[in-house]
Amino acid sequence: MEFAFTDEQMMIADTAFAFFRENATSDRTRKAMAAEGIDRELWSAFCTELGLSGVGLPEEHGGSGLGMVEFAIIAEAAGARVAPLPMLGLATAARAIAAGGSEAQKAEWLPKLISGEAIASCERVAQLAEQGGRLTGTITPVPHGALADVFVFFSPGKAWLVRADAPGVTVAAHVTMDQTRPFATVTLEDVLAEPLADPQAAIAALHAGGWICLAAEALGGAQEALDRTVAYARERVQFGRPIGSFQAYKHRLADMLVEIEQARSAVYWAACAVDEQSDEAALALHAAKSFCADTFFMVAGNMIQLHGGIGFTWEHDAHLFFKRARSIQTMLGNGSFHREQVATMVLGEAA
Amino acid sequence: MKLGFSPQEEAFRAECADWLQAQMTGEFRDIRGITTLTAKAERRKEWEQHLGEHGWSCIGWPKAWGGRDATLAEQVIFAEEYARAGVPGRVNHIGIELAGPTILAFGTEEQKRRFLPGIAAGSTIFCQGFSEPGAGSDLASVRTKGRLEGGEWVVNGQKIWTSLAHISDWIFVVTRTEDGSKGPKGLTFLMMPLDQPGIEVRGITQINGDAEFNETFFTDARCPADSMIGGVGDGWKIAMGLLAFERGVSTLGQQMAFRNELDEIIAAARANGAAGDPLIRQRIARAEIGLRLMRYGALRMLSNTDHSKIDGAALTYKIQWATWRRSLGELAMDVLGQAGEIAEGEAYEWGTLPNLFLYSRADTIYGGTNQIQRNLIAERGLALPREPRGDL
Ligand SMILES: Cc1cc2nc3c(=O)[nH]c(=O)nc-3n(C[C@H](O)[C@H](O)[C@H](O)COP(=O)(O)OP(=O)(O)OC[C@H]3O[C@@H](n4cnc5c(N)ncnc54)[C@H](O)[C@@H]3O)c2cc1C
Repeated sequence: MEFAFTDEQMMIADTAFAFFRENATSDRTRKAMAAEGIDRELWSAFCTELGLSGVGLPEEHGGSGLGMVEFAIIAEAAGARVAPLPMLGLATAARAIAAGGSEAQKAEWLPKLISGEAIASCERVAQLAEQGGRLTGTITPVPHGALADVFVFFSPGKAWLVRADAPGVTVAAHVTMDQTRPFATVTLEDVLAEPLADPQAAIAALHAGGWICLAAEALGGAQEALDRTVAYARERVQFGRPIGSFQAYKHRLADMLVEIEQARSAVYWAACAVDEQSDEAALALHAAKSFCADTFFMVAGNMIQLHGGIGFTWEHDAHLFFKRARSIQTMLGNGSFHREQVATMVLGEAA
Repeated sequence: MKLGFSPQEEAFRAECADWLQAQMTGEFRDIRGITTLTAKAERRKEWEQHLGEHGWSCIGWPKAWGGRDATLAEQVIFAEEYARAGVPGRVNHIGIELAGPTILAFGTEEQKRRFLPGIAAGSTIFCQGFSEPGAGSDLASVRTKGRLEGGEWVVNGQKIWTSLAHISDWIFVVTRTEDGSKGPKGLTFLMMPLDQPGIEVRGITQINGDAEFNETFFTDARCPADSMIGGVGDGWKIAMGLLAFERGVSTLGQQMAFRNELDEIIAAARANGAAGDPLIRQRIARAEIGLRLMRYGALRMLSNTDHSKIDGAALTYKIQWATWRRSLGELAMDVLGQAGEIAEGEAYEWGTLPNLFLYSRADTIYGGTNQIQRNLIAERGLALPREPRGDL
């Protein structure tokens, strides 16, 4: 038992945080927000120059091995900058293919997803008609759906791989509150879909990957939102003293750190539990997703309040954190859903 | 990063569990499951000595002083198994967790020889004399006076809220030894035997009807000159060093006791149908998640060996668990309903859950109130401006 980063994990953290701090600037993010909601150049640099996109994916298909802890570190670093990147698709779709795809599917898609040549997206489908390997239905909202080259769609016990350029696929992009991860609606009309060979494994992998990705992004975003608010609290003066010297203000910042520290434990506990295949893993994942999303939202809301008027402007970055936090809260199951899963584990099914 | 325990560590866990189970089903079965700090105090002093005899009293201490040089993982395991077996809290927790480590860190060799074997053997029970009527959160305002006279310290003044003073053998006190000094300057840290004419202990009844804490009066109370830890005027430094030990491995044992409390709530909710209420389900899930995060927060804090960095996990730990437990008490009462408001017998005495509800109101006060914790987090963790003082 040693619940601290190894030297190698520290190095990954230093590299990833430095990379995103330097490159995922507010200017670039805003350019992406005004366009299609992705910084393609940054994604390409992340995948090729930094070479961390293969973390947690199999080495025989271009991945770099390692595990969820290392992936969480990277997602935390990207989340700290609210970077407009298809990280979630890598966490969900790529992992679903790696865990449940056929050899051919893995060989075709994983190298391209890891190199950044292709972008993946993943979503649960509510209603889909399946006939002779062909799918018809509407799937929404699909995160970064308008940019994806390949989709993994799933419903309980089933998972399919769908190419964005397959005949019968139409994609409509939506104006989305969080412009760093815009949604799309995907319509399938008699589309040829490739079922994933092992849907159970695929679904388990995409949930673990997605929940950890969102929880870690939320942790990174919350910590950064706190740090920026603390910096402002020290420099902004009212009533002849820094606003950070007022106790009501200080105490709110302290409460933010209390939640963030728990969120940090949650992310790395869940990541470690998945890597070690601990029997706590399922509980840890639900805990991490719900707790970190709530923490991020609380911190980002406070970020606006504690900045006063400037915090309510488009120009200030506070709203990027706030909107990302809002979107993470609902994505891949809201807090009540995840807590109900925990309740079922400790109390049994609701009557 | 690694959460699992090694096979040797798991073997150690089995050894601890077996021994503790055997005691709690054998010779000491009468104290199993006690959750207040005061019940059956005399039997629990025997339990302290029993632990000492079998080398289980303070396993993290050096072998030379009655410990086992246990690794962090082993200490974690023992603390967890201790609570899992339903063993009641240590009546000498202040000796084991505060006085002992302080003497180990700051005491002379002679002081270590004088105090540590007795603490390890469970025969020297310590209590903590910091707070005074005029010095609570503002500990640096203590007024109890100490002066050197004929090779002895002579102490006059009053301490308050002294937990377990009525069953303790020794008390450590922060005294003002420099006339006219103010705040953290001019304080000295003394160890005093309680059984002497100059010290009087009077119980104070708490909101749960129990009387765990006391007023402690000093009227020309005495101790030898070399009962001082550190030098004259070092009292503040020693007191702060001591408070840092409060976040030790024992926090993990405390969590296992919280586990037992939450399990009792879960059992009650299942029994009375509250488990079907979606809002109660959400709150129980939150409590479960909070408890797990507390464990991993503590493991993060204990695994952090880089003390050069301000450790957010350590700094936020107290307010986190205290607030969690206060909510747990409220949840317990919502699950129990009015049944929780009726005592079982004739006396004003409460079962585990109603007592949890009442007692947890103290958790957010002692050891630094939640407000003081927030000041510390903001000032030490986030480097915000310090609170202004009205005097000094
Ligand atoms: C069950 C129990 C056991 C205890 N055991 C011991 C013991 O064994 N030994 C011992 O020495 N002491 C013990 N204490 C005392 C405990 O440490 C003090 O009660 C605590 O430090 C608070 O001091 P106080 O009671 O004087 O309250 P005060 O300091 O007077 O505080 C009153 C209120 O004012 C708030 N406040 C004070 N200062 C500030 C500030 N700067 N900013 C914002 N708010 C502020 C506090 O948060 C609190 O809400 C125990 C207390 C309890 C309840």
